Parts: sequence; C-alpha cells; structure tokens
Amino acid sequence: MNAPLLVAENLTRFYGGHVGCRDVSFMLDAGEVLAIVGESGSGKTTLLNLLSGRLAPDTGRVLYAMRDGETRDLLSLSEAERRHLARTDWGFVHQDAREGLRMNVSAGGNIGERLMGIGDRHYGNIRETARGWLARVEIDEQRLDDRPTTFSGGMRQRLQIARNLVTAPRLVFMDEPTGGLDVSVQARLLDLIRSLVADLGLAVVLVTHDLAVARLLSHRIMVMKSGTVIESGLTDRVLDDPQAPYTQLLVSSVLAA
Amino acid sequence: MTNAPVLSVSGLGKSFTLHLHKGARLPVVADVSFEVHAGECVVLGGPSGAGKSSILKMIYGNYLANAGTIRLCHRGEAIDLVDAPPRVVIEVRRFTMGYVSQFLRVIPRVPAIEIVAAAAREAGAPAELARERAAVLLETLNLPERLWELPPATFSGGEQQRVNIARGFAGGHPVMILDEPTASLDARNREAVIGLIDARKAAGTAFLGIFHDEDVRTRVADRIVDVTAFAASRDAA
Repeated sequence: MNAPLLVAENLTRFYGGHVGCRDVSFMLDAGEVLAIVGESGSGKTTLLNLLSGRLAPDTGRVLYAMRDGETRDLLSLSEAERRHLARTDWGFVHQDAREGLRMNVSAGGNIGERLMGIGDRHYGNIRETARGWLARVEIDEQRLDDRPTTFSGGMRQRLQIARNLVTAPRLVFMDEPTGGLDVSVQARLLDLIRSLVADLGLAVVLVTHDLAVARLLSHRIMVMKSGTVIESGLTDRVLDDPQAPYTQLLVSSVLAA
Repeated sequence: MTNAPVLSVSGLGKSFTLHLHKGARLPVVADVSFEVHAGECVVLGGPSGAGKSSILKMIYGNYLANAGTIRLCHRGEAIDLVDAPPRVVIEVRRFTMGYVSQFLRVIPRVPAIEIVAAAAREAGAPAELARERAAVLLETLNLPERLWELPPATFSGGEQQRVNIARGFAGGHPVMILDEPTASLDARNREAVIGLIDARKAAGTAFLGIFHDEDVRTRVADRIVDVTAFAASRDAA
C-alpha cells in the first residue's frame, strides 16, 4: 500500500476561547472520498481550511505526499510552494461559485488561468483545453467567451469544477458543492462530480450537511459536533448503523423523499 | 466439500443501542456461525424479524458487528471483515463481494445501462467491455431495450429491481450477497434470475441470500441455514 496522500495529526484551532476544531486526526488515500458531515458550527469548514492550508492550526500538523513522492509538513512549505500546490495539485470547490471564479473573466479565461499559472503560454492550446473542459462539464462550447455572470447557478458550479480540474489535481476540497442549487440541478451535478472523481481517481475532502450527498459521493464519513469528530467509518456503516447518539439523531432526522 | 470456505462466519453477534430512546437495547442475533463455499448457494431461513437481513448487512459492512468474526477470502488472502478498516471493505466491495438489495438506490437521471456499466467499471472492466456486459445482463433479465437509455426512476418496481440485479451482477464478484432479489418480480423474471444464479454458481461464484419465495428458495439453495438458531436472548444483550 502506498503512503497516504494526506495525513492530519491532532489538528486543533481555537477562535479566542471558542473551539473551532479540536484534536482531529485521519488519513486520506489517493482516490478516496471523505465526507465531513455535521450541523453548521460543528467545525467542518474550519477543518477544511486547516487541511487546505488556508488556516494555520494552533497545534497539530498536516502532511501531504507531494508529486515528487516526498511527504511534507504543510507548515514547512514556503508561501510560494504552498500557492503552487494549491494551484496545481489541489482544487478547491466553493459553495458559492463567485468565490471560486473570476466573474468578470470569460469562461475560457477562468479555465485557462490555472494553466497559465503553471507556465503554459500557448494561447491556442489553452483555448482548446478550455473548450474540451467545457464539454466535459456539459457546458455548451459556444459559451467559451461568455462571462460566468451570464451563467446559471448550476453552470457556474460546473465551470468552477472545470477550472479546478484542468491542472489534473490529485486532491480536491469541496465545501457544500451542491448547496444552494435547485434540486433539479443538484442531481446532474452530483452525477458529474461522481463520474469525474472516479475517472480521474481524485481524492476528495467533501464538506456537506446533506447526508444523501455524502452517501452518493463518499467512501468514508467523519461526523463532527462542537469541533470534534464523534464518529467515523465506512459511509454506509455510519449512515445505516450509527453508533454515537448525535449521529443517530442526525440520521433519524432526515426526511425520506 | 473439501475446499476451504470462501466465507466463514463465526460467533457473530449484533444488538442495536437506541440512544434516542433512553438507550434501549435491541438484541438481534447472537453466535451466528456458518460457512459458504465456492459454487454453492447458502440461504438464510427463518421468519421475518429473525435477523436475516442484519446478518447480510454485517457481512457487507453496513452494520457493525458487536462480536465474532467474518472471514472472507479476498484476493487469495483470508481477512476478517469485522475489524477491517474502511479502505479494505471498499476494496472487498470492488473486487470480491457484490450485493443486491431489495431496492434500487441511485443518482437520479442516470440511464439504466449506465448504472449497470458503472458497476462493471468499478470492478475494473474497461469502458467498452463494461457496457457490453451491462447490455448482456439487461437482456438476460428481460429489460426492454427501449428502457436502457432512460433513468429508472419512472420504471415499474419489477423493472427497477432488474436494473438493481444487473448492477449487482455486473462486477462478476466471486462472492454475492442477495437480499430478496426476486421479491418484486413476476414468474418469468424470477426464472431469469434463477438462471443467472445457476450459471454463476457453475462458474464458481459463492452465494449467500434471503429468498422469501419458497419456489425460488428450493431451486437455488444448496443449504438452508435456520437463523432462529441464532436468536439473541433479551437478557444477554
């Protein structure tokens, strides 16, 4: 078995006297999808920001197996190295596509930006790659030069995914990727995410409060409450046979459609 | 049979603790022990509520076992599923153990044939072969070809269940767990499922299943394990 892609060790982060996230440890393998579930304020987003180096932990550390095979402590990376990692080997899909896209730049420009960031300078190639990715996320190629301001919510989200995946990252962080979308749009997006994740062998850390989304996309689940992980395991097992009182409450509170 | 079992359950026990109901404990089964060999179909028998489905769910990993071992031959090695980490269970589900539930649960708006082909790809089949295999299964199970490219949400119960069975069989797993796969099928389609099981048995697949239909049960079962023998006493739990 290869070394894990990402290792979180005893991650703790306080906001003043308030716990954001306490003593979280886990390992993530290449190609593995981990869902972090819990109510708002349970520490899911804090944990996601700690894992992705957007926030520094008070204690604990995050180890990542770089593309060259070397495992590095995220805190030991220089700012330039961390940014390079975030722009190439990682993706970050925000709930609000406006946070992840440049709204006043064309769809093609949004996809091409990450390619230019890693030194691609051939305009024609970049444009063709962007066109290919639009098709792959099921956006009409005619929209290549349109700005995302003219796109629907579902299209923006798919564009955000294309922008993230164009550099062939190995790890993608997703923060409520289907949140805020119409139900009709959610299903299509879920199917797209699931097939891309499988085809590209992506590892994903997915934050969601939607247990159905976690069920469909993830292999494993961690349940968070008040900043700590109270239960974790195989997704089916946690949802079908929850052990912790709070997980039982979460699972039994979902309305079956 | 002289060969080693591919699946061997020993001393398996399960009870639920309902924290939302004053921590009430619900004993399900205790000391479940049986074996399944390659090429045979073992059927769990007993009245409803005896814990048959719970046993299947512990073996597939959906339920946590409180006691005992579940030994499975996975890629030539014997492993214990009860304390296997999630990544091992996921690998087992990809390559060794398939499952057919009573109901189809899928992402909405995905075509039937794609659902089945995806299951074959998951088990390592290349895209083209996966689609071929999916088509053969859907045809064997009498799903009209005009439905193949449609999502199953609007299909009848029996049609959905046949997509579900095709999906379960698409991976070609050496061990198959079947939880009442024929419950919603008519006589002709029950025949098709029995034919599928027989063909796979002949090829060495091991089956563990629950079949309420007595006719199907007698025809596919090599042995019946009576689950009432594993009743958990309320005091012991």
